[in-house]
Amino acid sequence: MTGVGGVVGGVAGDGGGAVNGGDAVRRFRWAVVDGATMTGRNMAHVVRSPEEIIIYFSLPIMFVLVFGYVFGSGMTVPGAGSYREFLLPGVFVMTMLYGLGATASGVAMDVSRGVVDRFRSIPMARSALVTGRTGADLIRALLEMTTLVVCGLLVGWQWRNGVVDALAAVGLILLLRLAFTCLGIFFGLVVPNPDTVGVIVFPLAFPLTALSNVFVAPELLPDWLGAVAAWNPLSATVAAARELFGNPGIGGDSWPAQHAALLAVVWPLVLIAVFAPLAVRRYQRLGR
Amino acid sequence: MTNTTSAVVAEGLRKRYGTTWALDGLDLAVPTGTVYGMLGPNGAGKTTAVRILTTLLRFDAGRARIAGYDVARQPEQVRGVLGLTGQYAAVDEILSGRQNLILFGRLHHLSRRAARRRADELLERFGLADVAGRSAGTYSGGMRRRLDLAASLIMTPRVLFLDEPTTGLDPRSRNQLWSAVRELAANGTTVLLTTQYLEEADQLADRICVIDSGRMVAEGTSDELKARIGADRIEVVVRDRAGVAATAAILERLAAGPVSVDAELRQLGAPVVDRVAALGDVMRALEASGIVVADIGLRRPTLDEAFLQLTAGGARQVAGVAR
Repeated sequence: MTGVGGVVGGVAGDGGGAVNGGDAVRRFRWAVVDGATMTGRNMAHVVRSPEEIIIYFSLPIMFVLVFGYVFGSGMTVPGAGSYREFLLPGVFVMTMLYGLGATASGVAMDVSRGVVDRFRSIPMARSALVTGRTGADLIRALLEMTTLVVCGLLVGWQWRNGVVDALAAVGLILLLRLAFTCLGIFFGLVVPNPDTVGVIVFPLAFPLTALSNVFVAPELLPDWLGAVAAWNPLSATVAAARELFGNPGIGGDSWPAQHAALLAVVWPLVLIAVFAPLAVRRYQRLGR
Repeated sequence: MTNTTSAVVAEGLRKRYGTTWALDGLDLAVPTGTVYGMLGPNGAGKTTAVRILTTLLRFDAGRARIAGYDVARQPEQVRGVLGLTGQYAAVDEILSGRQNLILFGRLHHLSRRAARRRADELLERFGLADVAGRSAGTYSGGMRRRLDLAASLIMTPRVLFLDEPTTGLDPRSRNQLWSAVRELAANGTTVLLTTQYLEEADQLADRICVIDSGRMVAEGTSDELKARIGADRIEVVVRDRAGVAATAAILERLAAGPVSVDAELRQLGAPVVDRVAALGDVMRALEASGIVVADIGLRRPTLDEAFLQLTAGGARQVAGVAR
């Protein structure tokens, strides 16, 4: 503090000048700008801790390699086709699910460290905490998808129905990621301890992945497990993605398997409809 | 207690957690442009009060205004005029110091360029320019607190809240922070400072309130608070032991209360009412009696003594009172 001279001289604080109540357009514009600022802040976190990213990306790549080559030799795909081609859409979706952990611990970190107090005590749009987190997570999901697609192409996966269908599949996968973001924000607020939250997410994510069509077709499971797997939100997105990518493993006689595309839209929307308001409420309760 | 001259006004603030009242009818009036010290033991309600006044916490009853804006009804306007530095540095630990200040500048809706310029100014002034590129998480406690203070000064707040700003700081960092606060106050920012350290309130604050169990138990200038808890004392040290008895006799005659005598140290003391007159009277009487004085002086009760008395100290464990 070499002479604090002129600390005061800097920028004039203008009483509420930044936010003039009633001006909805202005308010919305600032909400967007603040959301973008917070997105940038969360992306800067990623850039500043590359080791986390390396670990984070290596997991799905490992799944591709381990399941694709080690277990894949003993797996059968309903109908016909390569197991690795069957597996990849599942790994895409699984990676989105595991992203939930990063979302939750990011939120929990903010809340536990008190930086959220500063965000809440300055006249920024309060929605920016949520939109900024969501924006950053979607950018991150896109990076992950890119990595996985490259990795998939290297091990023999491909899309067979043209670019438009492939992009539609990616869209469905990102929609599910959006739902997981809401869930993650909620978890991060409920368990505001970044260490604990990871412990909670894993036991949730692991069985959800195992009890789905990510690794095996639900028809190959015992009846009741197969029913659970068929109705699993992950399964809907995976099945719809397989169909759009033209990858093997489509079908199954169950109602959810027949209406995968519909469920791949409905499930995430339901999750968002439930957990987004819950997260907002939890966030508001920080002031209690 | 008029709103026009007070930057912070609270009337009957109440906040309940479960069955206990963290704030139990707190009244406050902080004159604009002054440094106001809020003094109290752990759990007295200081942090609760600050969190309510800075819109971070809802309250159950009462009214509060910051720079004329109603805390409950105009929270956004309130946030536009306040700065807050908490007990725990509220900065992003992963981002660098510079990134932190730019981020908060942007969130205050400064342009990219203005945010960068302001960040660099503040880093320079708070002696953080050398570590500007390092993650705030790697900063020392003092550096982090300075970054936190810098972050709350991005927009030059009209009212700055400092919640135990020097807790856990080494003396040098503490002095740096104190001089920053003094400078802000000199330039017209109203400062509300909570502290458990009496010395801090004594050093910085124009007025001090003492709170305990969620309500104010005393308010005034440091001198007024000291005066409230008892008379000043006159203390005399005589050069020769032979003078002790005669001095005691003089004090008996001129002082307002019982005389304490420490013959070993040749030191005597007694409470007085009119301090300056009493000093003159005692000195003249001693001179007339030919007693040689080694030292003579007036002493006010320390704030520690005032604090303990005001918070009904004795019976209670007053945790964390300075030193």
